[in-house]
Amino acid sequence: MRPGRLVLALAGAAAAAALASPASAAPRVATIVIDKMRFGPAPAGLHVGDRIVWVNKDFLRHSATAADRSFDLDLPAGKSGAVVLRKAGVVAVACKFHPGMKLQLNVAR
Amino acid sequence: MRILLLGAAAFAIAAPAAAAPSDPQIAHIAYTAGQIDVAAGKQALARSHDKRVRAFAQEMVRDHQAVNEKALALVKKLGVTPQANPTSAALSKGAAAKLKELGRLKGAAFDRAYIANEVAYHRTVNGALRGTLIPSASNGELKALLETGLTLFTEHQKHAEHVAAELR
Repeated sequence: MRPGRLVLALAGAAAAAALASPASAAPRVATIVIDKMRFGPAPAGLHVGDRIVWVNKDFLRHSATAADRSFDLDLPAGKSGAVVLRKAGVVAVACKFHPGMKLQLNVAR
Repeated sequence: MRILLLGAAAFAIAAPAAAAPSDPQIAHIAYTAGQIDVAAGKQALARSHDKRVRAFAQEMVRDHQAVNEKALALVKKLGVTPQANPTSAALSKGAAAKLKELGRLKGAAFDRAYIANEVAYHRTVNGALRGTLIPSASNGELKALLETGLTLFTEHQKHAEHVAAELR
């Protein structure tokens, strides 16, 4: 088998595993990077119980603050922090210091 | 007088100069503009008792100091020496007059004047970044820092406008 095919086969297996995993799968960890005054993309397939690690790569202090107040994480320049998702639904997140920085999380049960 | 000075500074940075500013000049202008807002924020923290004004001023001091530290580290890394120029001089002159003028005000009058100036100042600086400084910057890292600065200062401008509306 050529190397390219092996990679494709592995990727296919991983995708199949991801699709097949039930909603009650073990909590996973997702990372959201903050850089240049922007939140990185929201991870897909979030569930209640998942942990989100926020990595602030900026030289500025930010926060990850949920509009519903379910979490409010202070993120000093260059620091990281984590929150566990406790509620299902659409969670609007913003930086409380720079409210133009926004992100929407879709959290399933 | 203050409007004339601010106007002169705005014109100096916004006008298409005969020659576009060099990176050492851009670094000097950006750093000076940041220092001015840090000084204004410190004055507000010494004079204002309004929670919203103080929170805004703390944000200005924190963010502009952070940008300037980053800018200093960058020019050091690039081996660039910031170069004084008429635009920086006009900005400093206007800011000194403004500090003096605001220093004579107290209470709600100070709060309103400080925030009104912050709205105008960020509008001027953001216009200069967008129209002159970012397009003129030749070093990629300097340009990227100025672009992040513009995003940040646009947030500051919105925040200042929000506080100004609340104080009205």
